[in-house]
Amino acid sequence: MEKFVRIENVGQTFVTPRGSFVALRDIDLTVARGEFISLIGHSGCGKSTLLNLVAGLARPTCGVLLCAEREITGPGPDRAVVFQNHSLLPWLTCFQNVHLAVQRVFGAQESKARLAERTRAALDLVGLSHAQAKLPGEISGGMKQRVGIARALAIEPKVLLMDEPFGALDALTRAHLQDELLKIVAATRSTVVMVTHDVDEAVLLSDRIVMLTNGPAATIGQVLAVPLPRPRERVALSADPAYLACRAAVVDFLHRRHGHLAQAPSAAPAEAMETADA
Amino acid sequence: MPSLSFSLPRGAAWREAAEAALRAALGPAAGFALFVLAWQAVAMSVPDIPTPGATWEAARALFADPFYDNGPNDQGIGWNVLASLRRVALGFGLAALVGIPAGFVMGRYAAARAMFSPIVSLLRPVSPLAWLPLGLLLFRGADPAAIWAIFICSIWPMVINTAAGVARVPQDYLNVARVLNLSEWQVVTKVLLPSVLPHILTGVRLSIGTAWLVIVAAEMLTGGTGIGFWLWDEWNNLKVEHIIVAIFVIGIVGLAIETALVRLARRFAYIEE
Repeated sequence: MEKFVRIENVGQTFVTPRGSFVALRDIDLTVARGEFISLIGHSGCGKSTLLNLVAGLARPTCGVLLCAEREITGPGPDRAVVFQNHSLLPWLTCFQNVHLAVQRVFGAQESKARLAERTRAALDLVGLSHAQAKLPGEISGGMKQRVGIARALAIEPKVLLMDEPFGALDALTRAHLQDELLKIVAATRSTVVMVTHDVDEAVLLSDRIVMLTNGPAATIGQVLAVPLPRPRERVALSADPAYLACRAAVVDFLHRRHGHLAQAPSAAPAEAMETADA
Repeated sequence: MPSLSFSLPRGAAWREAAEAALRAALGPAAGFALFVLAWQAVAMSVPDIPTPGATWEAARALFADPFYDNGPNDQGIGWNVLASLRRVALGFGLAALVGIPAGFVMGRYAAARAMFSPIVSLLRPVSPLAWLPLGLLLFRGADPAAIWAIFICSIWPMVINTAAGVARVPQDYLNVARVLNLSEWQVVTKVLLPSVLPHILTGVRLSIGTAWLVIVAAEMLTGGTGIGFWLWDEWNNLKVEHIIVAIFVIGIVGLAIETALVRLARRFAYIEE
């Protein structure tokens, strides 16, 4: 399989007023074209930091990241990002928000009519054609997130990066959008790297789940392949033994082997003893 | 109140609206009545202070012909107000032309901020009237010197608010700009400017408010025309009623400017989240 995104020996250290802080170390990961990868771990484990490195919003302290065999030195239209809080510009309509991205990527080569057509197609893909003239403040949280996804997909990125895209939504809306995302990803054959802390979301959507150990100095603890065939159907899967096995493996990693207090290298010895006993 | 709870549909809405308006007007009306009463009491115990009635008569006489013109030193109150507004508009406009871009640069580039923010901090607390002699020296005229004082007092709030607004643009929006690879021009027009606009309008409001305060004092010093000059002139003529009228006129004009700008600001405020 083609190695589409390569993360080689990457580490990230932040310099803070109280000394340097190692957020990530020794990260090695490859993502194949068309693959859906989830990064899961407890909050503060550096999964968003890793995603920002792939997005090019930050540069690694050591190691190298490549996308389609080219080193990632900054943000680029080959890697679109869906932010957790949607990050739509509140003074632009849904159409204008998507159009801004389209125009930036395709504006030089394509006619105005074609750009508008691309924008409409992207909004259509997420089922929001009817809301294109609305401002973000006038639509629901789930709709905003869908516009964010439309904006990311409209620029036809090589990789779609999602930072807890459904984290701020209620459970029903989240489930609905997960189902939509499954369909969209199947239709567009997108390569996706998604940060999440939701075990069910990771198992339902992913081809592989990358589990990170607790920070500081987090690294990849385990990679779990999800052998479920596609298309996947939420209700049918809920009693599927393979689904339950994957779910159990992730829960086991997160709560038994890397429970919140265990394995913190900076913890005082007494505290470390306590958690070892527990 | 009980009659409203089961009122008939026709006419009820109208009556409710009328009652609400009446209730809203009640507080201010009572306040004004109290104010006029206190004024009357002061005027009765201090003979130099004109009564509300005398002032009202003087105001009616003044506003019967606000736009007469008997040469440069004897013009109607309307001309004087317009002269002051013209100076404020000119001084403020120039300050906006310089201050808003300067604030933008200071907010966007740390180097510019490091260079200029101590200077702004040092000069901002200085009364703009302290700059008046420099204006007289530079421009050799009372009118441009007054405009210069307005310029100086208007520029600080605009620089500071614009810079603070630019520095406070949410990181999310800047990340969007970076991920979409927007050009610097697009970052300014599509992200920074709309995001900073409410802050700029706050700066504008503060500036015009201060400018309207300062123009009265500046005109007292420079003379010529203007509501400040007129007020001082009436003091020299010992027409105390006119001084009180001038105070009300200054207040009403200031309130009108403020209200208009608040309306404008509300139009441009985007809905967050």
